[in-house]
Amino acid sequence: MSLVNEFWPYLVLILVGFLPNEVWRVLGLVFARGLDEDSQVILWVRGVATAILAGVVAKLIVSPSGALLTVPLSVRVAAAAAGLIAFLLIRRSVFAGVLVGEAVLIGGGLVAGP
Amino acid sequence: MPEATFQGGLKAAWTSVFAYVLFGTYVGLGALALDFGFSVQWLTLSTIFVWAAPAQVIIISGLGGGASLIEVALAVTLSAVRLLPMVVALLPVVRGPRTRTWQLLLIAHFTAISMWVESLRLLPTMPREQRAAFCIGLGTGLISAAVIGGLVGFYLTAGLPVVLAAGLLFLTPLSFLVSVARNSRTLVERTAFGLGFVIAPLLAAYKIELDLLWTGIVGGTLGFAAHRLREAMR
Repeated sequence: MSLVNEFWPYLVLILVGFLPNEVWRVLGLVFARGLDEDSQVILWVRGVATAILAGVVAKLIVSPSGALLTVPLSVRVAAAAAGLIAFLLIRRSVFAGVLVGEAVLIGGGLVAGP
Repeated sequence: MPEATFQGGLKAAWTSVFAYVLFGTYVGLGALALDFGFSVQWLTLSTIFVWAAPAQVIIISGLGGGASLIEVALAVTLSAVRLLPMVVALLPVVRGPRTRTWQLLLIAHFTAISMWVESLRLLPTMPREQRAAFCIGLGTGLISAAVIGGLVGFYLTAGLPVVLAAGLLFLTPLSFLVSVARNSRTLVERTAFGLGFVIAPLLAAYKIELDLLWTGIVGGTLGFAAHRLREAMR
């Protein structure tokens, strides 16, 4: 029984974590077979992937979970916008964008305070 | 595998903004795992095997919060749909005439937003025969940063002020936003990016099922249509 208790969390990790996640990567490997980097299909797939990424980002900002919920939506949106503007203005540096966005979020979170 | 290119990938990982972003994100995840009563070994293995922060948040808070196994598995698989088009778009860029299947499997496993964005930025200027080894180095480096971040979060962040915890959670959307903006050079990508940003929250607000999948198909197809339209008018 103790053996079951010890291994159970790892079995769960494989069944509900690893497998449902990894299946999409393996399917991707199958679908990518024979496709050329410059083909029209790949161009479309890149568009799909990019739109999904934008969607993931938007959802994480608009409806986050955990501690991020304590920061008002207006501050989260302002911080994202500030990060993007800083990136464009400061030599297209991702570092600069992330630093400025974080500063606005934490500063705004402190001011708006829970 | 040529050592120089594997090490080149490792080095690229550590000079990438994502090494630091992942470190910070996984500090937050480590604290979350501790809160929900998972062991540090379990957390580390989940980072190596799942290697997708959104899915890991779902697993930890779902299992820790008492959701059913089926429910968690379903939520994880829905969050992971994005990996399919990413792998399909990445592998043809990586693949050379002598790339082995185990290398492609490993690269598919390493595919995550951070690794995908950095690979598509760095690979095109590189000789094709070096790309796979470089990618494996890059993935290894980024996972290492995440594992170390998780350990730090697990052991060192008891009683983290809530606004700093919020800041760590914000690293993920913020860094994705800025780096995808940097990588979006073609009309397809720019249109898809702008549309995705608007479509996903709308679909989520109206509680449409499979919202991310629809966001990708609609945004990507319209972006592709815009590109074809411009080509046709030339």
